[in-house]
Amino acid sequence: MTVSGWQAFWLLVHREMRLSFRRPEQLLQPLVFFLIVTTLFPLGLSLQLSLLRDIAPGVLWVAALLSALLSLDFLFKSDADDGTLEQLALSGHGLTLIVAAKTLAHWLVTGLALVLVSPIVGTALGIPVGAFATMLLSLALGTLTLSWLGAIGAGLTIGLRRGNVLLSLIVLPLATPLLIFGAAATERAVSGTSAVGALYFLAALCVFTCTLAPFAAAAALRITLE
Amino acid sequence: MNIATDGLAVDRVHVWRGDRHVLQGVSAQIGRGQLLHVSGPNGTGKTTLLRVVSGLLRPEQGSVTWQGQSIVSHRTDYQAALAYAAHEPALKADLTALENLRFSVGMKRRSPPHELREALERTGVAACADLPARVLSAGQRRRVSLARVLAMQASVWLLDEPYANLDAAGSELVSGLLQAHVAAGGLALVVAHRELALACNVRRLELNS
Repeated sequence: MTVSGWQAFWLLVHREMRLSFRRPEQLLQPLVFFLIVTTLFPLGLSLQLSLLRDIAPGVLWVAALLSALLSLDFLFKSDADDGTLEQLALSGHGLTLIVAAKTLAHWLVTGLALVLVSPIVGTALGIPVGAFATMLLSLALGTLTLSWLGAIGAGLTIGLRRGNVLLSLIVLPLATPLLIFGAAATERAVSGTSAVGALYFLAALCVFTCTLAPFAAAAALRITLE
Repeated sequence: MNIATDGLAVDRVHVWRGDRHVLQGVSAQIGRGQLLHVSGPNGTGKTTLLRVVSGLLRPEQGSVTWQGQSIVSHRTDYQAALAYAAHEPALKADLTALENLRFSVGMKRRSPPHELREALERTGVAACADLPARVLSAGQRRRVSLARVLAMQASVWLLDEPYANLDAAGSELVSGLLQAHVAAGGLALVVAHRELALACNVRRLELNS
């Protein structure tokens, strides 16, 4: 009995999730980084709450992007190192499906986790509760887009020994629009104005990368597999 | 039997690795019920040939056909019929032996857990089914990777040094599995340094630098 694309997709997502939960330190690393960085800013600047509120969206977004980036290095590397990536490549399902499943699973355990702890950080930075909905939505869209962009970078750099430095160099410039519009959306929500424009832009970027990045990342992987 | 339409044919394959011309026009044919034993000194491109035949590596020149059709244009059909065991056992250290089989065999065909346990039993590692691959010895990992090949129920086996890390009983087991596979009409391409003493149709391909 053959396995349909969807079944293979969910089986792979399941495998990735199980592997992540078997390695809790890998799972917690970006979250702890996120919490530490955002805690250090108010300590280092000793600002008043009103000033803190002004810089909060920027701090939150920079920290979220950097911590999501930290975990991207693991995306394909461990599978490439132990040879399971070759097995996946020969599983009869295209590399695009494999990349999509792995990236989605990666976002669920890192990006979504960052989104879920962001209210704690938001409270610490003085972001009003009324702005939380916009903050959560913009972070969810931003981290998902970053995971897709990161998949391309990770696919290109698995063969390299110091690949993580190059990965940051490839991904961070591409992620600048996310930072600009994500921070703008959160800032507007904090100041009580409409954040719809920035959110639409983030959503457009997310749809754009969701549709095209799997193909680009699969092409990158194919090159590195050879 | 016509090999060109029924089996696997490698036709004048050339592969360069940087400046090195690793495979220089290698040709080979394997029909159903046949085993091709690829041997040769280190660095002569045995593994490269296996990767070309698996479709992981595209040759600069030449082609590989399966049942008369290019493995590039008919990739899905070919991969469904293929079981590839690289030199590394390709197991996730954090998953148990059974989970490793479930997630890799499960991508190819629906396989109930009892089938996977049976495969592990045939390769003599049923007792390790629920142990993480991390704690298994090199030989046990090799046996688990052989169990994966069995469980895939594929007709084409591509094995890279299947005898590595195995004890005498393990070597006999591999020979037995290969003979049974070939006798059942399967075909196999085996890269091995040692001589294969098999009671089946074995052809040899010696690669030289």
